[in-house]
Amino acid sequence: MTKTQVQLRVNGRTHELWVGTNRLLLDALHDDLGMADVRYGCGEGVCGTCTILLDGEPVSACLLFAVQVEGREITTLTGLPAADAESHPIQDCFLQAGAAQCGFCTPGMMLTALALVERTERPTREDIRYELVGNLCRCTGYTKIVDAVEEYACRRRGNGSHD
Amino acid sequence: MTGAFEYQLADSWEEAVELHRIWGEDGKILAGGQSLVPMLNLRLVQPAGLIDINPIGAVEPRVADDRLVLSALTRHQDLLRSPLVREHCPILAEGAAQIGNVRVRARGTVGGSMCHADPSGEIPCMVLALDGQLIAHSPRGQRVIDAERFLRSYLTTDLAEDELLTEIRLPIRKHGQGWAFLETVRRYSDFATVEVAATATLSSDAHTVTALRVVVGGVADRPLILSDELLSAAVGGTGRDDELRAVGAAAAATVSPESDVHASADYRRRLTEVLTYRALGKAIERGRAESKGAGV
Repeated sequence: MTKTQVQLRVNGRTHELWVGTNRLLLDALHDDLGMADVRYGCGEGVCGTCTILLDGEPVSACLLFAVQVEGREITTLTGLPAADAESHPIQDCFLQAGAAQCGFCTPGMMLTALALVERTERPTREDIRYELVGNLCRCTGYTKIVDAVEEYACRRRGNGSHD
Repeated sequence: MTGAFEYQLADSWEEAVELHRIWGEDGKILAGGQSLVPMLNLRLVQPAGLIDINPIGAVEPRVADDRLVLSALTRHQDLLRSPLVREHCPILAEGAAQIGNVRVRARGTVGGSMCHADPSGEIPCMVLALDGQLIAHSPRGQRVIDAERFLRSYLTTDLAEDELLTEIRLPIRKHGQGWAFLETVRRYSDFATVEVAATATLSSDAHTVTALRVVVGGVADRPLILSDELLSAAVGGTGRDDELRAVGAAAAATVSPESDVHASADYRRRLTEVLTYRALGKAIERGRAESKGAGV
């Protein structure tokens, strides 16, 4: 198949790569660029493990072709600005709440949650569950994930820890 | 990974129509890709050419001649965010919130949903309830298709092989008209087991129900419009509980859904009854509030 050159803007850096026109963005990010935080789960846009932010909106990288996203800003979990050079505040919240077990779903969960809190300053637990329904976790049972997102929203509002 | 295909970019609708003509049945149109790309990944479809119409871009929703005009490339989340949609066709915002997950709403398009024609999709059900029109373009020119004609059967539309859906036109809400979109799903984000879209028009004194339109999805090969006869127990009435229950029961007695692993035919009939009853109640209540609100 014909390969074509694309420039992908990922986490603030521009990458040039040659891809087949049918190369999924997911495969370009994970296999070609070695980004281990963007993961293949279902290939149908259902499970959320390949969630990335495309110009700030959560999308499934398994349902986009690499050739479609030239000129767009792609953010993955590792591209999040770290508050203290170690971790992003949402990572701290997940860690403290014990909201990850195997960790496979965690990057997608965090990116989806970030976009939610960006739009909704004070999400209810129901808002969080509604937004995260497209991110499947097979370990935690979700309660701690919802706790972590609630805590993150609370911290982001700047009133310290959740009461 | 998908099979190999030729990737074609369309920058304008004219170009898309031309590429669509050239590729014919070997080509597929790529809009939001939330149904098509899973099918490509599973190799259920293997087109020789994929025509990406995303670069055309969607013009903002607008109102012309008492109709809300949506580009086929309008994304579901645009329905949620557009103040114009909320004002003139608020049912679209109510239903769009129940489509897929947040990623599907970010990419999926109204035109794509119509053309995919899933019998339990939210967009087809609502467009039919609003008695919308679909605008199709081909090298032969433009055709206006009523939603009822457009939605033919499971994943089948009235579009000819060389026709491309470009626009959807929906009558804007009239004074004293209420609306409701309700669905039952196993989880948020699933396809509806059964869904109901309803509009109700109230008399100017907000007393009498003068018109109803109800569409039920998930119970046949396409969304079904309830006939005037089925609605007769409530049209001309005052929206009393027994009137609405009678319509729900009549609707349930009419549909012949199929059983599948998610729901039996009986359960779907029961959902048809309950959701029709509830949607009517909500639509009438809102119509009444609209009617009174505007009178002040």
